[in-house]
Amino acid sequence: MTSFAKPRIRRKNEPTNDLGLTRADYEGAMSTLCAGCGHDSVTASMARAFFRLSIEPHRAVKVSGIGCSSKTTAYFLRESHGNNTVHGRMPSVATGAAAANSSLSYIGVSGDGDSLSIGLGQFVHAMRRNVNMLYVLENNGVYGLTKGQFSASADLGSTAKKGAPNEQPPIDPVSLALSVGATFVARGFSGDREQLVPLIEAGLKHKGFGLIDVISPCVSFNDHKGSTKSYAHTYKYYHKAVHADFVPPSQDIKVKYDDGEMMPLELHDGGIIRLRKLEKGFDPRDRAAATMALAKAQQNKEILTGLIHIDESLKDMHELNRMEDRPLNEIPYAELNPGAAKLAELQKGFR
Amino acid sequence: MSVAAENDFVIKLANVNGTGSASANGLLMKAIFRMGVPVVGKNVFPSNIQGLPTWYEIRVTGDGYRGRSGEVHIMIAMNAETYEKDLAEISPGGFLIYDSTWPRPHFMTRKDVTVLGVPLAKMCNDAFKVARSRILMKNMAYVGVVAALLDLDLHVLHDLVREMFSSKPKLIDLNMQAIALGFDYAKEHFACPLCFRVKPMDKTKGKVMIDGNSAAGLGCVYAGATFGAWYPITPSTSLMDGFAKYCAQLRVDEDTGKHKYCIIQAEDELAAAGMVIGASWNGARAFTPTSGPGVSLMSEFIGFAYYAEIPFVLFDVQRVGPSTGMPTRTQQCDIQLCAYASHGDTRHILLFPADPGECFEMAVNALDLAERFQTPVFVLSDIDIGMNDWMVDELTWDDNYQPDRGKVLSAQQIEKIEKFHRYLDVDGDHIPYRTLPGTHPKGAYFTRGSGHNKWGGYTEDGQEYKEVVDRLRLKWASSADHVPAPVVIKASKKANCAILSLGSCDGAVIEARDKLESNGLPLNYMRVRGFPFCSEVEEFIEDHEEVYVVEQNRDAQLLNLLLVETKVKRKKLIPVLHYSGEPLDYRFVFDAILKAHEMRKSA
Repeated sequence: MTSFAKPRIRRKNEPTNDLGLTRADYEGAMSTLCAGCGHDSVTASMARAFFRLSIEPHRAVKVSGIGCSSKTTAYFLRESHGNNTVHGRMPSVATGAAAANSSLSYIGVSGDGDSLSIGLGQFVHAMRRNVNMLYVLENNGVYGLTKGQFSASADLGSTAKKGAPNEQPPIDPVSLALSVGATFVARGFSGDREQLVPLIEAGLKHKGFGLIDVISPCVSFNDHKGSTKSYAHTYKYYHKAVHADFVPPSQDIKVKYDDGEMMPLELHDGGIIRLRKLEKGFDPRDRAAATMALAKAQQNKEILTGLIHIDESLKDMHELNRMEDRPLNEIPYAELNPGAAKLAELQKGFR
Repeated sequence: MSVAAENDFVIKLANVNGTGSASANGLLMKAIFRMGVPVVGKNVFPSNIQGLPTWYEIRVTGDGYRGRSGEVHIMIAMNAETYEKDLAEISPGGFLIYDSTWPRPHFMTRKDVTVLGVPLAKMCNDAFKVARSRILMKNMAYVGVVAALLDLDLHVLHDLVREMFSSKPKLIDLNMQAIALGFDYAKEHFACPLCFRVKPMDKTKGKVMIDGNSAAGLGCVYAGATFGAWYPITPSTSLMDGFAKYCAQLRVDEDTGKHKYCIIQAEDELAAAGMVIGASWNGARAFTPTSGPGVSLMSEFIGFAYYAEIPFVLFDVQRVGPSTGMPTRTQQCDIQLCAYASHGDTRHILLFPADPGECFEMAVNALDLAERFQTPVFVLSDIDIGMNDWMVDELTWDDNYQPDRGKVLSAQQIEKIEKFHRYLDVDGDHIPYRTLPGTHPKGAYFTRGSGHNKWGGYTEDGQEYKEVVDRLRLKWASSADHVPAPVVIKASKKANCAILSLGSCDGAVIEARDKLESNGLPLNYMRVRGFPFCSEVEEFIEDHEEVYVVEQNRDAQLLNLLLVETKVKRKKLIPVLHYSGEPLDYRFVFDAILKAHEMRKSA
């Protein structure tokens, strides 16, 4: 067995959200990943974000591909449907699912192998379509389940556990996302929940495709000296460009913004992302500027994190396809069936 | 020697593709159809946009046969590159019509063929100014020639031209003029009509002309499909075009302009499969049209849908393989691929339409069966059915139809049960209940392609694994009585021999069977329409001494499937295999069966 039922423990004076649910209501099965795995922190952050947003667990949908990261959808939101699809193909299943019912919250969990090698095509095209979902890419630079091969996100010169250096240039999911027009692009670190949770909240509320690339070290195969995806390396070169706080629409916003410091950004549902600039001259609403900042950070070997780009103006997949607001799977058959008389009329053109 | 006949001949048009001949040829066929005479049309075209040879064959068949005859009586040779081949193909006593702007004396080498030259290019160059018109109008000019030679009703032709160009009225006069040019020339220079001629009949009432892909797309609309994903591939593309066209006509809210459907052109077939699975899993009726190469690419997802029990409808419009093969030529070469697509122990439900009418019906069947049995369902059409216009009975619809959405629990039903288990056989019918995301907190489950037990939990336990896959096998087997039943035609007297066939072989087989019976060999005929095979199929084979299995592939895929999936004896089954890529003709079937039968008798 690789998943275990987790006992539900009720504590006194536990905090509850607007639905009266506790954090434990957002948990799932017991993780079977290695002790200290970055992915478990990401799982906790995702559960926390859903809790804070007061999303009913059964109104969320979790999708994943294959790999260590993809297993984690079993470890949170036990009352949500999960779909652990095939390797590298989660984006297509998520696309179809989102098309069928626009009223649910979709979260996809994937890894660097699943997204950047076998699944690169689907990953890119889901962004191009602006599918309304949050895509969390747990990035550790290595294939864990098959025991330590380099992934496509491994940096040049980063070494394998046995010492061999990687000699192929990496694919950076964030740069890639910017280049194909993704409308919400962020990077986080599994070791920084304070930054990550609000990013997930904002990404879930963003209308369209949200990508969060989360550096999430693999303790078993890529946490050694010489690896650029280790805890130590990430802490050292971690660079926060923009901190994002998510403020749901129900809360009265009375925050004083200092000029140039805070950038409130309204989302489609009325929620607000408060962006706190940590670096001068960087505005995530400007795709070109974001691309520049990213390139500069890469040159300086810094890991640029935070909400790197957001564009709320572009149409999502449903809008692009001129779909009704009502979910497709709720349209009664009577409205879909043109009827026998119409069929006879249509066929006048077939004679 | 072929016999001159009214309403019983074949006219073949040899063209260069990309010159606008397709609409002219379609016009000719429709004119004959509107004169009440049954027609069979076959378009044999290259995998190319412009410049390669293409043929269009119209069989005029007062008897109403639906396959090819294997003969050509009148050849309209408009492609200099294929003149020799086209000339050689004409049956003795036939005619060749060609563009005599450039005279070809060597056509006279065949004494048994009458050559009629019409200076089409010259006439069109003299009559029309614009270069493109001169090329396009040549087609209409030969339509005029054929109209005179076959005694076609000019009023019918003129009506068709008006309908064809109703949105571009300026072109009507131009086309009429071209038809008149050809018509008048033929009347003046030849003894019209020929011995091969069309005489009005009353045999096309209640019939329509439609291609299988459009019919399947329309069937998906009527069945209530709301989601389609696809990757462009010949010859399935026009199926999604059909769905899109009818959705645009029938599924757009008049006030808001909003769509009650979603069509996504995927980045490849893998993604198309994933999208359909995602949408079906989430409660929308969904499908993908593809062809053999697409099925190869979708195979991993097909196994996922099979094991995780997700409805998944695929239309495989078969084309000649292997590999890229001959993408515009027809075959029935994916039968075994689809029956067991994907790694591991997998087996699927297949439907075999024989004509566009059945494409319409089986689109509905497929969507119902996929949701009832929570599994992939393949509709195996082919280029012949999918891309040719066929004369079929007018499509009908039962307004009492309700989609079979299968065993999906509502929020109220979930509320009442203590605990939901996705893969538990509650009713003993091998079909578990499923829930849709967002319905109820108690309805959640984790869908996975990895090992799972009947409770829906992950497992690597052998017994738990077997329990689920054994049920899957029983579930699949139980669908045998729910797929469309076979169609049987009995010989007029007792027959020890029989034909078993499927799909687009039907027209040629029926005609061959009639002719064999007149020739003293009575045969019963069964056309299978679904897989798994129902018990009737096995009984039918058992009831006969020899069964000729007619199919369009090299490896006898249907025959082998029968051997694997029934207890019938190998020696009873005789393969009749046609796999040149051209639609089957009755002569081939007739000759092959007669020859095989004689050989068995003498053995």
